[in-house]
This record gives sequence, structure tokens and C-alpha cells, in this order.
Amino acid sequence: MTFPWLTFLGLLPIIGGLLLFLPMGKGAARTLGLVFSVATLAVGVAVAVMRGSGVDLSVTVPWIRAFGAWWALGVDGMGLAMILLTVVLTPLVLLAEWEPPAGRWSAQTFFALVLILEGLALFVFTSTDVLLFYLFFEATLIPTYFLIVGFGGERRGYAALKFLLFSLAGGLIMLASVVGLFAVSASQGMPSYLIGDLASLRIDGDLGRWLMLGFLIAFIIKAPMVPLHTWLPDTAAASTPGTATLLVGILDKIGTFGMIRFCLGLFPEASVWVAPFMMVFAVISILWGALAAIGSTNMMRLVAYTSVSHFGFMVLGIYAFTTTSQTGSIFYMLNHGFSTAALFLVVGFLAKRRGSYDINAYGGVQKVAPVTAGVMLLAGLSALSLPGMATFVSEFLVIAGTWARNPIVTAFALIGVVLAAVYVLAVLYQRTMTGPVTEQTQKAFEGRDLTGIEKAVMVPIIAMLLFFGFVPQPAVSMVETTAKATMEYVGVTDPAPVVKGAK
Amino acid sequence: MNPENYLILAALLFSIGSIGVLVRRNALVAFMCVELMLNACNLALVAGSQITGGLNGQVASFFVMVVAAAEVVVGLAIIVSIYKTRRSTSVDDANLLKL
Amino acid sequence: MLLETLAAPVAATGMFTLAWTMIAVPAVMAGLLLLAGKLSDRWGHLAATAAVVWSFAIAVCLFAEQMMRPASERAVSAHLYTWLGVGHWTFEVGLLVDQLSILFALLITGVGSLIHIYSIGYMAHDARRRRFFAYLNLFIAAMLILVLADNYLVLFVGWEGVGLASYLLISFWQHKPSAAAAGTKAFVMNRVGDLGLLMAISTMLAMFGSSSFEAVNAGAAHVPPLWATLIGFFLLLAACGKSAQVPLQAWLLDAMEGPTPVSALIHAATMVTAGVYLVVRSHAIFEMAPIAQAAVVIVGTVTLLAGAWIGTSQDDIKKVLAGSTMSQIGYMMLAAGIGPAGYAFAIFHLLTHGFFKANMFLGAGSIMHGMNDDVNMRHFGGLASAMRVTFLTFSMGYLAIIGFPFFAGYFSKDHIIEAAFANNVVIGLCALLGAGITAFYMTRLMLMTFFGEKRWRQGVHPHESPKAMTVPLIILAVFSVGAGLLMNWWIQTWLEPAVGNHAHDISLIPTPVGWATLLVVAAGVAASWMVFGRGSIPDVAPATKNPVTIAGRNVLFGDQVNGFLFTHPTVATAKAIDTADVSLIDRSFDGAGRAFQGLSTQLRRLQTGYTRNYALTMLLGVLVVGAVLILSQLG
Repeated sequence: MTFPWLTFLGLLPIIGGLLLFLPMGKGAARTLGLVFSVATLAVGVAVAVMRGSGVDLSVTVPWIRAFGAWWALGVDGMGLAMILLTVVLTPLVLLAEWEPPAGRWSAQTFFALVLILEGLALFVFTSTDVLLFYLFFEATLIPTYFLIVGFGGERRGYAALKFLLFSLAGGLIMLASVVGLFAVSASQGMPSYLIGDLASLRIDGDLGRWLMLGFLIAFIIKAPMVPLHTWLPDTAAASTPGTATLLVGILDKIGTFGMIRFCLGLFPEASVWVAPFMMVFAVISILWGALAAIGSTNMMRLVAYTSVSHFGFMVLGIYAFTTTSQTGSIFYMLNHGFSTAALFLVVGFLAKRRGSYDINAYGGVQKVAPVTAGVMLLAGLSALSLPGMATFVSEFLVIAGTWARNPIVTAFALIGVVLAAVYVLAVLYQRTMTGPVTEQTQKAFEGRDLTGIEKAVMVPIIAMLLFFGFVPQPAVSMVETTAKATMEYVGVTDPAPVVKGAK
Repeated sequence: MNPENYLILAALLFSIGSIGVLVRRNALVAFMCVELMLNACNLALVAGSQITGGLNGQVASFFVMVVAAAEVVVGLAIIVSIYKTRRSTSVDDANLLKL
Repeated sequence: MLLETLAAPVAATGMFTLAWTMIAVPAVMAGLLLLAGKLSDRWGHLAATAAVVWSFAIAVCLFAEQMMRPASERAVSAHLYTWLGVGHWTFEVGLLVDQLSILFALLITGVGSLIHIYSIGYMAHDARRRRFFAYLNLFIAAMLILVLADNYLVLFVGWEGVGLASYLLISFWQHKPSAAAAGTKAFVMNRVGDLGLLMAISTMLAMFGSSSFEAVNAGAAHVPPLWATLIGFFLLLAACGKSAQVPLQAWLLDAMEGPTPVSALIHAATMVTAGVYLVVRSHAIFEMAPIAQAAVVIVGTVTLLAGAWIGTSQDDIKKVLAGSTMSQIGYMMLAAGIGPAGYAFAIFHLLTHGFFKANMFLGAGSIMHGMNDDVNMRHFGGLASAMRVTFLTFSMGYLAIIGFPFFAGYFSKDHIIEAAFANNVVIGLCALLGAGITAFYMTRLMLMTFFGEKRWRQGVHPHESPKAMTVPLIILAVFSVGAGLLMNWWIQTWLEPAVGNHAHDISLIPTPVGWATLLVVAAGVAASWMVFGRGSIPDVAPATKNPVTIAGRNVLFGDQVNGFLFTHPTVATAKAIDTADVSLIDRSFDGAGRAFQGLSTQLRRLQTGYTRNYALTMLLGVLVVGAVLILSQLG
């Protein structure tokens, strides 16, 4: 038997996290945490390399035979993208939160919880068994809850509970569908929760639609779509930037990830049936999120709302059912992780100095701290999908792919592109960075531009965004396999060019 | 004698016991009523055993007795300790389970 | 058929394989200067200038090589790499150096080099000069991507890239709230135009499965008419945003908040003319969409009048020039919309305008340099003697723009007016009227700035600018004079293979329309002299009830219209949505939570704490269970 790399990948950070609960000094704890996260990064990269060279990494071990549940892990293009996102972001988040807010739980606990969360998230992205997925899906809530409640801002208790209740409500509905899947599978003979087995059942008709809706609602809450999104801004505003990064950058991706893997991957007919509604919902999310961001005065809320808008784009691309748009959506999931991380973290750097998330508390920062301003501008430009940034490639693929399917819906979605320019430049950047230097800004930022650690956090993120902006092909090829497989399974073909005989 | 009469007696005793539990406030009396209900059950079990001709009912009645004895031990201890803290054996005074 | 005249581009050889360095060198330099920080403060401006000169040198070499080739081999495509392939679509990164793009490359790098040199003097005392030059280099690179791209997607990269550079440079002095706001406004309004281009590209992909010029040109004839028209309108929207055409014109005047060299390079000579380039480049589509073409003509005509109108009533010298830029681009759009008869003239005017307008903007910068950065023409006057070189070079630009015989604008504008008359008499008359107004406001500018009594503020001592600034002025002045003569007989045949225009015979002797134009221009100059040349200029703009003047001073209420139609509704909706999120959606979820809480409060009442109650409940339960059992036995 070959070495179970995927199990190891997920277990490594969890073991690290548990070790960190042992009593030790603060410095040692942080170093140990960072070492484990970097080791996980190394294993993640190794997994990517092995998969690239054609090694079969999947694991399938019987777990609960009566239920047909397996310890089954596997990785496809989309899963690999998510794994890489997770393993890259975690060490950066740990670095960015090297000094968690004072007066809360200890840094040691923060590092431990983040590592455990990382491991659970990795299992979520690698599970190829529905029950296993469900288990880890729910398990991620636990460390997240404690990260919010233990380290957050003023309304952390309220926000943590809200997050938990929303997620649990979605999870409960999903549980009903998971149980339903068991019934369907058992009625066909051997019960099995393996995605491959379930997919071959092709559950269609009313049954498929009901089961699909159970999954879909959970994922809609997770990748927050209007009107089930209000937990996100509250949670983001009440948690530390690092937690918000993990939450929005990685955990919320489970929503769109799940839509592709479970809704489309198990219920093809029902997914095609629901697609028109989802596209409309997606457009509403895009516009709603963008407008709400424009109206925000709290920077964390603002960034959270931009994510609502961006998730709208991802969902739009998924349900447009073209290879291009789905590839764009998956690539978007990766890029949005980095882009949103950049924004959350730079907002965190600002707040660390000024002690406030209120946009109006800033002004003229550019003059005093040009590097901070430059980094924020770059992060903002990635959020508004400027060409040259990876986010542009993904957004363009979503738009162009969706346009071929439905130009009118896309035209409405495009308004979000203009609104993005407004919330990034007119609201976020202009109000904080430009204008005359206020007294408080002077006091808070004079001689306190980004530190070495902070630069070390931002440089890889921005470098990644720029690199994939100019050379997107490797990443796109990686995730395109998933899009192609999904399209083939669902049985939808790309719209052909209207003009025949054109190249 | 018709063994069914024993069953009727058992039912009567059980009813008296249950009404006693419901209406009496004194914990000791309520407790005795519970004992009465248990013994009514025993009577019914034994009568049933007589009717069917098996031993099952009689065996079961021994179990009930054991349970009743155990219950007396625990229950009286509780009543005594409540009496010690509250100087009363009225069950209505011990309403701490209310929120 | 026109399309057959479009020869397929040949593969790059020789010098053409170096074409990409035109873009790469300034781009890398920009990144280097921004990353190096203070280390490069001392030599940054020189390095940046060298980078642009490099690009210019390459452009000149390529141009020379093209000249030596036969017409069918002049268009050269240089494939660089595959950006990405997904589904049925492949996006290549490639350059197309053809007759059209090389002219742009020459203009951008040529005028760009001059403006870099000029800026060395102009920005000498600015603490952030290095950053300024980095942004300028970034702009040059993005603009070259825009014009050298061989497909619409890469063009779009440049398109947004110049938008970013423009944003950074307009709000270069971002400690001024007005500058920061102007930059943001420019970017956002440009984004509206960018939507048009995005939609156009998406449509092209849906139609042809490719966004390369080659595929689009080849397939244009087979596009369903509705879609052809829509693509045309999408492209027009894009052009309106970038070229400040009505209805997306309002950002250009605010863009004058940027340093003057920026106004000269980006907001006069190069970036704002990208819309014209786009329309000419997409001629194959427009020829299939007569309605869209007509819309281009109308937009151009409206803008040329609107810009001129604004120019007549502004007191800020840069804003007069900005209005004039709008107006001149209106002429170009008009020509581009006319069709094959106008493409070459649009580009011709674009080139001459690039020279004379850059000349005048830099002249204005030179004046500001001497006047302590004052821009109000009411504080000028009598500068002709104080700033000799600036005056003379500016005059060349002046004569060129009003179309004084044999100066650059005379040829290029005259052709457009004639083509407009040939297209439609009303459009022709509008174009003619525009020429008259141009003469009027430019004469006003000259009179208020260089002639009359000295209305200088206290402590202002006008002086001529340093050599670094005057030398570029002189070079540009020479082109303002000679560019028309130089290109008049050549440009049509040169561009023919690239844009498929129809060459006309051109003689030096004016046609009847030409005579009429001269007459109208003379009338404009005379009228201006009557108003501004004889009396004294009041210190503040006199109060007026004349609605035409009021509208002109308020930039035709563009901001108010946008505010009423877009900004205020957006802000109001944003606020409403934020409120709705908290007080409607959130409250309904919180309400659901509270409802459960209330329910449980009610249920909690059952827990009385009385043992007897519990016993009663148990008894009732037993009775119910027993009853059910008995009843089911009976049933």
C-alpha cells in the first residue's frame, strides 16, 4: 500500500494544532505553529506535484459498512486548487496574526485553532464520500466559532452565534438530503456514500430536485448569497482580519465548491432545472453586495460585502453551464481567496495602527505611509479585477462564458464591474488614503509603515495575483479538467459560435 | 374464588395510590402512596401468575419488591435531607426545578 | 469588397521580433522605479526617459522598415505567447504592427519622449518625481499594448491599463481632495465605457469564437445584423468612455487636476484618442452596422459642439484646452463614423491634433510654471513679451488648431468638414460651426493670456521656462506647422491597406467648402477680437443671465446630470440596501430567533416545579397511551 498522502496532508496540521494545546511558551508555540503550517504547505505542494505527474492519490477504506460510508479521499483539479489556496493562506494568516489582539485568548490558542481549522478544511476539500464530507463540513464550524468568540471585536458573541446558527441551519437541511441519499442508495442494493457510486445513480425527477435543494441551501448560506448573506458582514466585522481571511477566503469557498461537486455532480437534471433561478439570484447577489459595500463605513463589512458580490460571479459562472464560465468560476474561487485575503489583511494592518475599522477615521494615509497605500491599492485593484491581475482572467472567463449563454443576465451582472470600481476606489481607497493628512493619521502612521513581517505576508499574495494574471494557463488547465468533467456529466455542451466557418 | 377479583382489588389500590400521590402534599404520605401503587402492581402480578399458571408474575413481583426497597432507601434519604434544609416535608415547598 | 484589400499580416522577422521591447522596457522600468523606492530618486527620471526613448527608437526603426517593404507586407504580426486556452477559446498574446498601429506607436513614443523630457524640468521640485515618471512609463507601456495588440482582449488589457495610469496620474497630487476625486471619477466613468468593450468582446467570442482582429474582420460580414449593430454600439460606448464623448464626457475637465504634462500626454495627445482608434480598428464591424455608424457620427457631432461650447466660457486655461480636446476628438469620431471616406482623415486629424494640442498643453504648463501655478486666464495678460518662446510655440499651435492655411490643422480638419458635408448637410454645417467656435475660443485664450494689460497677481514674476521644457515645445511647434503638409498626400495611401479607406484626390486649392471654412474661421477670430481684444478683461467672470454662458461655465451641467441620473440614485440605493440588510433581512432572521425564544418561554411555563403537577402529567400520559392501546385493540 502506498503512503496515504491526502490523509497525512489533513492530519498534519490537526496534530500540530493539538500539540499546541500542551503548555509551552508563547514564542515556542508560535514557531511550532508556523513550522507545522509550512510543513503542510510543503506536503500540499508535494501532493500537487505528485498529482501532476499522474500518481493516483485517492484513498478508499471502509468506515461504516452498514451505512456504506468510506474513508474516501481524492483530489481533482478544483480540489487541488482549493488545497493550494488553503495551504498557502494559512502560514500567511499566522504571520499576519503574529500578535493577536490583546485582552483575548492567547496567541497559542489562536495558532492551534487555525491549524485545526486548516486540517479540517483540507479534509472537506478532499473528501469523496458524502457522509465524510458532511462530517468535516460541520466540524469546521467548531474551531471557527472559537476563533471568533475568542479573538473577535466588540460584538463577537453575537456574531459567533449568528455564524453558528446560520451554518447549522444549512447543515441540518443538508443532513436531511444526506440521509435521503442513503435511502436512495440503499434501495438500489448496496448502500454507498461514495460520490462515484452516487453519481452513477443519476438521481433525477422530483426526488433529485428535493435532495439537490437540501445541498443547495446549505451551500447558498455558505457562499453567502442574498438574502442569506447577513451573517457574513457581521461575522467579518467582529473577527480578526486573519479569521476573516480564513472564513471568507477558504471556508466560504466550500459553498461554491459544494455546488459543483455535489449539486452538479450528483443531481445533473435538477441542477439544470434550477440554473435559471440561480443565475438571477447570482445577479442579485452581485449587485446587492456591491451596493452594500458602497454604503458601508466599516472596512471589514465593506470587504465582506465585496465578497458577496464576487461569490455572485462565481455562482453565475457555475450555473451558466459553459466550460469557460465554470473554469472561470473555479479559477475565481482561487483568486478571490488571495484577493480577499490581501484586502482583509491590509485593512487589519491599518486598524492595528489606528485602532478603528471606520473609514472616516482615516484620511491622507498615502502621504505618511506610502507602502501601505500602495499595497492597499494593489489589493483593491485585484478586487476590481483589473487586467494584469489574476482576478481579471477569472472574471472575464465568467462574463464571456455566461454571455454566450445568456447576454441579458450578463449585462446586468456587468453593472457590478462598475460598482466594483466605485467601492474600491471611491469608497475604500479615496477616503482612507487620499486627501490632507489628518492629525490622527499623522499620529498613527508616522514612521510606522508596513513592517518586515507584514511585507512578507503581502508580497507572496500580490506576486501570486500578478503571476496568474499574466500566466494563467497552468492554473486554468488544472481547474478546467473539473469543469469539463462536470459539463460532460451533466450533459450540456458549449454554445457553438454563431458565425459558421469562423475560426 | 374468581382470581379476577384480585385484579379488581389491585386496580382499586393502584387508583387510591395514584390519587394520593396527586393530592397529598406531605412527602411522606405521597411516598407511602407510591408504595401502595407498587404493591398494587405486585398483587396484580401474582394474580396474573395464578391465572396463567406460570411463575413469571411471581418472579417479577420479587423484582418489584427489590426496586421498592431500593426506592425507599433513596427516597427517604431525600425526604430527610429536604426536611433538614427546609424544615418541611411538603412537596410544594420543594419546587427548585422551576426556572 | 473591402475585406479583400485587407492583406493578412506576415510573420515578424528582423527588427519586428524586437517590437515587444517597446512595451516591456517602459513596463519593467515602471515596476523597477516603484519597487526600488528612494534608492532610485536621483536617477529615476533619467532612466524612465531613456526607456521611452528606447521605445521611440524601436518604433522609428520599425516604421522605416515598413516604408521599405511593399504595401502587402507592411502589416506584421508578432506572436508572443498563449495567454490561456479554455473550452473552445484560445487567447493569444500577440502584436500587430501594421500601418495604423505604427503611426500610433510613433505618436505615443515620440510625443511621450518629448513630454518625459519636458517633465524633467516641470517636475524638478516635486518630492515624488520618481513616482511620477514611473507612472508615465506605466502609461506608455499600457498605451502601446492598446495600440499594438492583435486582438481585442489584449487591447482591453491596455485599455484598462491606460485607465489605471490615467487614474494614478490625475490623482498624482492626492493630498488634494479635488485631485483624488477627479482621478476616481475618471476611472469610474472609464469603467462604464469598459463595460461596452467587455460586452463587445464577449459578443465577438460568442459570434466568432475568437477576439482577434483577423477573425473579427473575416467574420464581420456574416454576423446577424442585430448583433453587428449591438457590437457597434458596445464599441461606441467604450469609445465614449475613453475619449470623453457625450454622454460620458464629464470626467475630462476634472482630469485637468493632474500635472500638466499628464494632461498633454494622456488627456490630449494619446489616451483620449483611443476611442477613435477603436472605431477605426473595428471598421469591418461598423460597415455592417449602419445604425451604429450613424450613432458614431451623431455622438461625434454633438461632442464637437459641446466641447467647443465649454471652451468658450471657461477661465481656466487648461479647461479651455480640455474642452477643445473634446471638441477635436468629436471631429475625429465624426470622421470615423462616416465610413471608408473618413478613416484616414480621422487618423490624420488625430496625429496633427496630437502634436498641436500637446504643444499647447505644454505651453500652458510653461505659463503655469512662470505664474506660480495659476491657471486662471483672468490673472494672465501680456505674457507675449515675458515668455517669448512659449508665446511663439503656442501661437503655432493656435494657428494649427483654428486651421490657418497650410498649418497642420488646416489640412486635417478641412478634410473632415468636407467629408461631413458629403455625408449629410446638417452634420456638415455643425462641423463648420464647430470650426468657427474653435477659432472664437482659441482667439479668446490667446488674447486673454498673451495680449492686453498685465493682470498678474502680486508676487508673480513670469519668466521663461528652462531648456528642458522649451526644447520639446519648439519641436512640437515645428510639427504643428509642418505635420499637415508632410502627411497630406501620403497618409491616405499609407493607411489604405489597414483600414480600407477610399483615397481622394487632394489639391492645395480649397474647394467651396474649404473657402467657407476659412470664412467661418475668420469670422470666429474677428468676433473674439471684438469681445475680448478691445476692452479690458474683468478680474472675475462677470455675472450673466445668458443661459448659453451659464451652461458653458458649468460644463453643460454634466456633473449635475450624472449626479441626478446615476450618482445620487446609486448612493441612495447603497444606503437603502445597507439599511435593509440590517433592519429588514437581519431583523427578520433575528425575529425568527426571537419567535422561537418566545415559544420556548411559553413552553417553559409547564415546568412549575411542583412534583404533583409532574405526576399528574405522567398519569395523563399513561392514560393516553393506555387509551390508544385499548382503542387500537378494539379497532
